[in-house]
Amino acid sequence: MNERHTSDARWVRLVERVRSDKDQAAFGELFAHFAPRVKAFLMKSGADSSLAEECAQEVMATVWHKAQLFDPERASVATWVFTIARNRRIDALRKQRRPEPEDLTWGPEHEPDQSETIALQQESKQLGRALAALPQNQRVLIERAYFGELSHSEIAAETGLPLGTIKSRIRLALERLRQEMK
Amino acid sequence: MTSTINHHLTDDLLMSYATGSLPEAFSLVVATHISLCDECRARLAGFEAVGGAVLDEAPACAMEEDSFAATMRLIAQMPTETRIEAEDESVKGLFPKPLRDYVGGDVDAVQWRSLGGKVRQAVLPTSADATVRLLYIPAGVAMPDHGHAGMELTMVLQGAFDDDDGHFGRGDVEVANEELKHTPVAAPGADCICIVATDAPLKFSGLLPRIAQPFIGI
Ligand SMILES: [Zn+2]
Ligand SMILES: [Zn+2]
Repeated sequence: MNERHTSDARWVRLVERVRSDKDQAAFGELFAHFAPRVKAFLMKSGADSSLAEECAQEVMATVWHKAQLFDPERASVATWVFTIARNRRIDALRKQRRPEPEDLTWGPEHEPDQSETIALQQESKQLGRALAALPQNQRVLIERAYFGELSHSEIAAETGLPLGTIKSRIRLALERLRQEMK
Repeated sequence: MTSTINHHLTDDLLMSYATGSLPEAFSLVVATHISLCDECRARLAGFEAVGGAVLDEAPACAMEEDSFAATMRLIAQMPTETRIEAEDESVKGLFPKPLRDYVGGDVDAVQWRSLGGKVRQAVLPTSADATVRLLYIPAGVAMPDHGHAGMELTMVLQGAFDDDDGHFGRGDVEVANEELKHTPVAAPGADCICIVATDAPLKFSGLLPRIAQPFIGI
């Protein structure tokens, strides 16, 4: 069974159980999947294994506490966890503040729309497949940009590829992803 | 949300903000623009979704043996987050929230310093890899003609300005780089307030600003 093709909607339900019931078993399942990926993400960004472990725990603790702020109409659980991990990385590794946009807030009575939620979770599945199907040289650059805290010119310096090549490959990759998402 | 924004963030900026590789000064301008612009907010969500897919496809790295228990202990120590209530529209000021956080309030809390004439600036505290400042340019006044050694990202908060690239009103952003040389002129009517991030000093063409530059720190 391919885990990621069955799980996106399940992650949403697990986050809802953490939010409404403080359900430790549900959180345990989220932890088992996401914590090791967040740790790998932080190590690829340059953290050593003990810092990555510490930050991954903090990211997952934030997932627990911010469960009520998660909006399944706007993001998949993986995307939401990514943004928390990214912000932790900026804080811990770059020692910078992260200015965040003003929250879009719904009215207090807002309940997530089921069909919107399903559509978004399906789109993120589709995006994952599209990413996996990218030509190797494009996918690697996208991954590096998201994993490492590398700017395009730093990737150029490290790979020896000209900056123009990096930018055009990333642009091509984004074009392909957009095509796939239409 | 306003629908009159005509000049938006580039893909490059949005992707760098999504990956977290932008200097803090630029991130502040990006966050301030997105606070006012639903279009860029939606595009940012797309770039963040790519990050989600990358994370989800990532090879896992084993956690320590007692990791889950340690995380549960950490959870018990952390303060609980509560949902942020929507702000009352009537108390909303000129500055979106990310900018207010850096200023320590709205426009009346800015510590302006004169740059000569009635032009004023206030540099905001960020990491040293780039600089962000608020600029106050009286209606009708021109900024000195200048070029750029690096990137300059300008967003209008009040009033408007015009240069060779067009007309920029509240919420609009102008991305200037090495190729652009311009003389922004504040439009008549309201005084113009902008937030400007730069990663290299500006290059002034006139003699006077070149002499003044080291002193005023632009
Ligand atoms: Zn925009
Ligand atoms: Zn300029």
